Amino acid sequence: MSKLKTIKEYPLIPASKPSEGAAGRTGLWRTFRPVVNLDKCIGCRLCWFYCPDNAITISGDGKVEINYDWCKGCLICFHECPVKAIDRVVEEFG
Amino acid sequence: MSGTIIITGNHAVSYGAWSSRVRFVAAYPITPQTTIVEMLSDFVNTGKMKAEFMTVESEHSAAAAVMGAESTGVRSFTATSSHGLLYMSEVVHWIARSRLPVVMVVVNRAIAPPWSIWTELLDTMTHRDAGWIQVYVSNNQEAYDMVIQSYRLSEMKRVSMPTMICMDGFILSHTFAPVTVHTPEETDEFLPSYSPLWKIDPENPFSLGNMATPDYYYEFSYLMHEAHENAKKLFNNVDKEFERFSGRSHGGKVHGYMLDDSESVILAMGTLSEEVMVAIDNLRKRGEKVGALKVRLFRPFPAEEISKALEDKEFALILDRSLSYGYEGQLATETKAALHTSGIETPVINMITGLGGRDVTYKEIEKFHGLAKKKVSSEKGPFKPIFIQLKR
Repeated sequence: MSKLKTIKEYPLIPASKPSEGAAGRTGLWRTFRPVVNLDKCIGCRLCWFYCPDNAITISGDGKVEINYDWCKGCLICFHECPVKAIDRVVEEFG
Repeated sequence: MSGTIIITGNHAVSYGAWSSRVRFVAAYPITPQTTIVEMLSDFVNTGKMKAEFMTVESEHSAAAAVMGAESTGVRSFTATSSHGLLYMSEVVHWIARSRLPVVMVVVNRAIAPPWSIWTELLDTMTHRDAGWIQVYVSNNQEAYDMVIQSYRLSEMKRVSMPTMICMDGFILSHTFAPVTVHTPEETDEFLPSYSPLWKIDPENPFSLGNMATPDYYYEFSYLMHEAHENAKKLFNNVDKEFERFSGRSHGGKVHGYMLDDSESVILAMGTLSEEVMVAIDNLRKRGEKVGALKVRLFRPFPAEEISKALEDKEFALILDRSLSYGYEGQLATETKAALHTSGIETPVINMITGLGGRDVTYKEIEKFHGLAKKKVSSEKGPFKPIFIQLKR
């Protein structure tokens, strides 16, 4: 498993470069999947603001997109949405 | 121009930070440390010292601020005592594990309850295993000198570990003595500007303190141990270089006093060791062949030097101003382990003295030595710690 085979390969301090998904595909942790209903969405950006994993992006035309590779399914967006435009769906990974 | 001024131990430390060109100080007051940062605040306010002085809401924050400043590649300083150090504890470990060469002065003070402001070494002993280099000083000049020397040693690339300078509350912190002080310009000759091994840089972002699974963690602890081994090798070199610069040496890891022909040795740390030397002078006048060993460096532990000093002696008397409840004084434990590792069977008598700032006089130490000598000649051991100052 380890990428560092001997002590000589170790950095002096336990630092790491930020990179997308350094801890693996955390989307696999989900039990519920938040799904945006764009017909109801008013573009308030509260879900984007509250998402603790930066898994929500707003496109140029104000459209909400959820990146399911990193969304852990915490459902904070579902809880915060003032117009109930986010549904929760039981996740079934293949 | 360097000059000699009459100042307290605490102010000697403040001057040490000034001479070392410290650029960041975070401070929270606590007796008996307060006057260190009070003077630094004055230095910064009057422009004598070009540094950022940050007042914080707690010792935990002071340590965290110092860690943050040092992470940006800035030479940083703080000071505390007793409960302040205990409150800092989490960050004390963080600083060492981040390999940041911070220098902190801890003015040793007993821990409550019962409430006490007087000296005892338990506060720093509790942090023996936090990864910091620990030095115990016994006079004002040594306190000043060790601030400068500690930055030098801590910042060496092969070390890159923080140093905790430990000094007795009131006995040193509030007592005036002559101290020779060097200007920052003069000190530059001995202490180069800080060139950090790593620093936070927006152009090259990285994160510190990420999760390390059991597959990764072990090696980082080993690297800290290796740094301490390096510090142990380099400590006396720094002392010698400082002597070339200032004309003053404090003897390196341990300072021996009248050891060569001595039949017994008294070991102590901090101001207690100076009191021991006065006792030795008197005992020598009475024909007792006694020597003293002042242990200056406690982490990394100078096991080899101590073992060598105690080899072939009739006995060693160890005075601890601290107690590990349920066992004995910490210096005694460490010394006995060192002797065992070297296969030396010198009997060790441990006496617990001076807890909570109780006075330990040279006259008492002379009596302690007599009692230890009697015990070693009449009993076989094993020898339990003796609570010599207990009111019975």
